[in-house]
Amino acid sequence: MRYKTFLLFLILALVLVACGGGNNAATNTEPVAPAEEEAAPAQEEAPAEAEEMANQVEVFSWWTGGGEAAGLEAMIKVFNEKYPDIEFINAAVAGGAGTNARAVLATRLQAGDAPDSWQGHAGQELIGTYVAAGQLEPVNFLFEENGWLDVMPETLIPLISQDGNIYSVPVNIHRANVLWNNPTVLAENGIDVPTTLDEWFTAMDALQAAGMEAPLAMGEQWTAMHLFETILLASLGADDYNALWDGGKSWSEPEVAAALENFAKVLSYTNSDASALSWQDAAQLVVNGDAAFNVMGDWAEGYFREIGFEPNSGYGWSPVPGTNGNFQFLSDSFVLPVGAPHREAAIAWLTVAGSREGQDAFNPVKGSIPARSDGDRALYGEYLLSAMDDWSNNTVVGSLTHGVVANDSWKSEIDTALGLFLVDKDAATFQTALATACTSSGPCQ
Amino acid sequence: MQSRKDQLLGLALVSPSILAVLIFVYGFIAWSGRVSLSQWKGLMPDYTWAGLQNYIGLFTDPRFRIDIRNTVVFTVLFVGGCLVLGLTLAILLDQGLRGEGFFRSLYLFPMAISFIVTGVVWRWLMNPAQGSRISGLNLIFDQLGLDFLINKWHTTPEWGIAFIAIPAIWQMSGYTMALYLGGLRAIPESLREAARVDGASEFAMYRRIILPLLSPITLSAMIILGHISLKVFDLIVAVAGKQIPLDVPAIYMWTTTFDGNFYGRGASIGILLLLSVAVLVIPYLRYTLKNEAEL
Repeated sequence: MRYKTFLLFLILALVLVACGGGNNAATNTEPVAPAEEEAAPAQEEAPAEAEEMANQVEVFSWWTGGGEAAGLEAMIKVFNEKYPDIEFINAAVAGGAGTNARAVLATRLQAGDAPDSWQGHAGQELIGTYVAAGQLEPVNFLFEENGWLDVMPETLIPLISQDGNIYSVPVNIHRANVLWNNPTVLAENGIDVPTTLDEWFTAMDALQAAGMEAPLAMGEQWTAMHLFETILLASLGADDYNALWDGGKSWSEPEVAAALENFAKVLSYTNSDASALSWQDAAQLVVNGDAAFNVMGDWAEGYFREIGFEPNSGYGWSPVPGTNGNFQFLSDSFVLPVGAPHREAAIAWLTVAGSREGQDAFNPVKGSIPARSDGDRALYGEYLLSAMDDWSNNTVVGSLTHGVVANDSWKSEIDTALGLFLVDKDAATFQTALATACTSSGPCQ
Repeated sequence: MQSRKDQLLGLALVSPSILAVLIFVYGFIAWSGRVSLSQWKGLMPDYTWAGLQNYIGLFTDPRFRIDIRNTVVFTVLFVGGCLVLGLTLAILLDQGLRGEGFFRSLYLFPMAISFIVTGVVWRWLMNPAQGSRISGLNLIFDQLGLDFLINKWHTTPEWGIAFIAIPAIWQMSGYTMALYLGGLRAIPESLREAARVDGASEFAMYRRIILPLLSPITLSAMIILGHISLKVFDLIVAVAGKQIPLDVPAIYMWTTTFDGNFYGRGASIGILLLLSVAVLVIPYLRYTLKNEAEL
């Protein structure tokens, strides 16, 4: 009897294992399900209700939470006012920085089921993946018809184009090369905000001497890549930095070696538990006074406000030392697919996304600045206003971590090389790996 | 004897699932195999023949070497830990103590949780921060004055992967215990009595009689735990995110395929994972099938 009970128990256990396995599988494929559900009815309806279908636009994004989702809603509202007869279908897929969404999108495109427009980081992330696969139409005509070339920075256009064709409409701009500081910590130690790498090193040496073990806060691996791109820019300057990405400069050159040396030195000031921290955790170390500096994109500003700190008193900012006059940007943008199911409606959406009204609806809520230089200044806070000033008069260069300068394959090879460097700290191997990555997946020959 | 009609009906009933398995399991394995021999890199399929290039690339790839090393370390610690802990718990429970049912459920419950949940909880517990930001288990050690136990957990250089085995053991040792307990209950009491009559000590009895009789259970447990361990992905991502020091083949497969568009390379990692699991499972299946046929 006892044995039978136990056998029953064991069977139950096995069933639980089976369920556990099933759950895991469901977790992995979960993001696919909603998109397929949405896609399936659309296909079924197509022949029967072609008339009604003409008045839809399906827009795919990964804006599902927080300021991003609210910003998208605000922009949809503008769209609905301007085009009341077009139904907006929000095909957003959740998941950190779009990893899941992009896997879903890849599946849909491989199956020939493109949405009418989708979100992507402006630059090579879109171009290297979707233009290379023949999925995108150039949108130069939109830029010309709407006069966007006059209101967007001149240095931005080449970074979002390939062979003279512009492939996406940037909606918002974030800045990557921002050094956040804790004003109180700096004042207590008599340190000015550093403007060159050497000043920065001296400042951090002083802080270490005063007993702060890790003056520079860093988080998990992608934040190390973010730091890396800013140090690369600081060490090389805008021209050479750009040349690295378009194949005009070799990764094997001594200037790159010097940049890697700077990067290794910067890493020596970071916290030992970096790999266990998210970017929010790392940013919080600064406002809490556990660290003096953090290099992070300007979405950190929204986070500082959210946890109750005031600009200038709670946190200060400056360009990453050595990058004054450069605006290292990243941007969310929307595209026009080849063979969009509702091309006219997609163009209508892109027109709103590039308009002053659309961008001023989206950006104040999301906490970014408009890609246009004529945004309504009354809508933006102190930090964003300073970013808007820099955006209109700085040299614009692209971010690596956030998809502007390198295609996905190249970036993932750099990410691997960087991860290995964080483990072994071997700069020579790192440089060789970077050169190899450029040859195998970038423009280098 | 079954009639011919019954046989046909039976075949008709199972044919949908046979067909589904053929397409969705073996068909996709074959497709992955084909992709792994192609140059496919980028969004759209490219089946240009590349031979074994992807595989050769992997074995010269420093990242993949880390993956293999991490998998070996993790597997040894995880399987070993589960077997030792599971057997110990099973023997203790088998002593006929009161409240056995309660403890049995208690030890088994972690298995009902998914690795993601386990990972999130242990991410908090194994917080490596020290000094003023100390928390999790380190904080408990600090408060208890056990400072020598405070450590960097999964951020320990080189051996971080060893600490990932802790939550995995926590989750699966109860299951191993259940397997062993089933085995212990199947050993007739008369054998133990005979041993005692012959003057064997309790220890000698376990060592010479019980453990050898439990060896089929140990084998099953090793197979089940071993294949979980080779495929581990979610637990590591939940505890530590995707980072090179704790990289394993499954994580590399995911990032290289979906973040880097290296579909050919991703498929080769998938095939290598399948082969490594097959090496473990196929001999076991043959062994069990043969034994069942003999019965």
